[in-house]
Amino acid sequence: MTTNGAHQAHQHTARQHTITALVMDHPGVLNRVASMFRRRGFNIASLAVGASEIPGQSRMTFVVNGDDATVEQVTKQLRKIIEVVKVTDLSQEDIVARELALVKVKTPSADSRAEVIQIVELFRAKVIDVGADTVTIEITGDENKIASIMTLLKGFGVVEVMRTGRVAMSRGRKAPVRAAAGSAKAKASKA
Amino acid sequence: MKRTGAQIVCESLQAEGVDIIFGILGGAILPLYQTLPQYPKLKHILVRHEQCAAHAADGYSRVTGKVGVCWATSGPGATNLVTGLANAMMDSVPMVAITGQVPRSAIGKDAFQETDVTGVTLPVTKHNYLVMDAKDLAHTIKEAFYIARSGRPGPVLIDIPKDVLQEEADYVYPESVTLPGYVPHLTGNPAQIKRAAKLIAEAHRPVIIAGHGVIISRAYAELKELAEKAQIPVITTLLGISGFPEDHVLSLGMPGMHGMAYANIAIDRSDLVIGIGMRFDDRVVGRVKDFAPRAKIIHIDIDPAEIDKNVKTTVPLVGDVKRVLSALNKQLAPQNRLDWVREVDQVKREHPSHLISDTNKVLPQYVVRQIWEATKGDAIIVTGVGQHQMWAAQHFFYTKPASFVTSGGLGTMGFEVPAAIGAKLGKPKETVWAICGDGGFQMTLQELATIAEHKIDIKFAIFNNGFHGMVRQWQELFYNKDYVATQFFNPDFVKLADAYGIAGFRVTDKAGVRATIDQAMAVRGPVLIDFVVEPEENVYPMIPAGTSVGEMIEAPLPGLHLVDSKDAST
Ligand SMILES: Cc1ncc(C[n+]2csc(CCOP(=O)(O)OP(=O)(O)O)c2C)c(N)n1
Ligand SMILES: [Mg+2]
Repeated sequence: MTTNGAHQAHQHTARQHTITALVMDHPGVLNRVASMFRRRGFNIASLAVGASEIPGQSRMTFVVNGDDATVEQVTKQLRKIIEVVKVTDLSQEDIVARELALVKVKTPSADSRAEVIQIVELFRAKVIDVGADTVTIEITGDENKIASIMTLLKGFGVVEVMRTGRVAMSRGRKAPVRAAAGSAKAKASKA
Repeated sequence: MKRTGAQIVCESLQAEGVDIIFGILGGAILPLYQTLPQYPKLKHILVRHEQCAAHAADGYSRVTGKVGVCWATSGPGATNLVTGLANAMMDSVPMVAITGQVPRSAIGKDAFQETDVTGVTLPVTKHNYLVMDAKDLAHTIKEAFYIARSGRPGPVLIDIPKDVLQEEADYVYPESVTLPGYVPHLTGNPAQIKRAAKLIAEAHRPVIIAGHGVIISRAYAELKELAEKAQIPVITTLLGISGFPEDHVLSLGMPGMHGMAYANIAIDRSDLVIGIGMRFDDRVVGRVKDFAPRAKIIHIDIDPAEIDKNVKTTVPLVGDVKRVLSALNKQLAPQNRLDWVREVDQVKREHPSHLISDTNKVLPQYVVRQIWEATKGDAIIVTGVGQHQMWAAQHFFYTKPASFVTSGGLGTMGFEVPAAIGAKLGKPKETVWAICGDGGFQMTLQELATIAEHKIDIKFAIFNNGFHGMVRQWQELFYNKDYVATQFFNPDFVKLADAYGIAGFRVTDKAGVRATIDQAMAVRGPVLIDFVVEPEENVYPMIPAGTSVGEMIEAPLPGLHLVDSKDAST
């Protein structure tokens, strides 16, 4: 195992990783996280932030493209940020993941509108606004589902797209990721 | 108990055991300055540039192991600290920096001397704070000191708006901190310690590469025990120097780009590398795929993110070096490795990188060696960055813990003058020599005023080669001797010293070297010596950047008569 080149830290098998982080609800936390990704040359494919079930803490979901070694560095560097409480790489886990997209499509005629509504029903999406010659659709699902419906809608003329990043959690009864009990208190002594 | 924000800061610093603060005042931090006389235990040293406040705090911290403290006003004062923060960040130096900020109501309005200091310093601090309420000051300072000194140490900055320093709040210094996201991992995993012990027992040609972590963790005794018990040669990185006595039979000096040939050859031949409190930096490793090609790697470090970052590890051991080593030592039976130790000794004799060629010129290496002899090694050596730094690492033999103060990770020219101030004030009883580049010295020489004002007893050895020597060496070797912008005009350093009321001497011949060093040591107070050294001397050995030991340029060339004063006088 220790032949030439064995110490090379990076192997090149890039794939998509989903990472979640529980962070303190402090001003500037997003800046700290984004700054770390940028300065270490890691790419965020998508990022979503929102409140968690713990008061004072938010949860972020990242989608990161890279080989395993790179993603391991990402998680370790995330953990070093003082205001990041807990980091979980969900790549190896069975997860549920969703994104949300709002799509405004041109529907100049009653026919085109009917066709669009058909597609919407087929994908179990939702029409959330109807204008004089546009329809706005809300789609929730994984990337594939959103990509498929987008392909179909393109033919009508897409006016505007707004998408969130992926949010994800592991399936089943697994407890949500939070700081281990007891680790929160760190005794500090005098210098 | 009601206190103003400024009083709370001072009370808190006292509670943390702070005895010295380096800084420069200004409008936004003025409330703090005006409060300072109420706290005579907090000694303030007015430097002449804020960069030097940070470097002085850094030097103070490196020699004492305590958290260094500096402060500056908003805007330009704060931005001047940035190099010093980056330097401390790269070298894991515990520091707390406080900056004044414009009043709360002015934040975000491009007010006079407003800079987004927490934004600017975010990537060069371990953590930073903007305190928007005086009642948050005490616990923020408590946290800042705890974060700065625990885990992998580093600088923490606290930005405080002027009106927060002026407003009143209740003051109670907290007993403990609550940081759910920050729990340093101190004890090594017992299973990994067992695996490491097994690898060590099975190894035939192990080497230890010890870094700054040994010094930060004050793990000298544990490292020595490991080396002696398991009979393993010890190589110390630039920042690891003085973590293991260099007069020890198992000491192999520094590895890497300008490391001792024997250290690099030993790594190359080894079957096990034990990295202790170091990070396999590119200046140590060179071309990754050719680094220690036959070796398994045990990596001990307190920062989990260092594991597998640069080289792939066989056994990772995350924890505080001192604790991990003492646990590891308990798992080890005494071992005998006479063949390997003899082989390494043979390599040392065949590749004597620590020897200096015998010539009548004023060789910079010779100056370093003479300072070593004159001080009998009993001194703190502070350096700048460049050739003189490498020679100070190679030709002085360090036996006292934390006696080598140098800017490793950032490589900050100009570090030498302010860091020497911090080192001397931190360890007033120690002899402090600042080995200065003539280039770097001119980046911070304004601090001669601070030194003269406080009569800080530092001996300055300026290595006057008239060049940015290290860069000139690269131009010579890799750019066909095309000396673009590396040669420069120097002032008369002796007259300069005189202008500050500091004793100054010039040395232009070999005979004058030792005599003048002795003369300087006889003076009580600061002395500056301008050593006019051989201008185009090169640092060897050299493994060019991105290559490996196979491409090492070794010198001195065979056939030169060498003086081995190390062996002669120890
Ligand atoms: C602040 C800073 N600027 C530039 C450099 C790049 N640099 C590295 S070594 C060096 C030359 C140092 O010259 P000097 O201080 O005279 O030391 P010498 O190498 O001659 O001993 C330079 C310019 C640096 N390390 N730090
Ligand atoms: Mg020079």
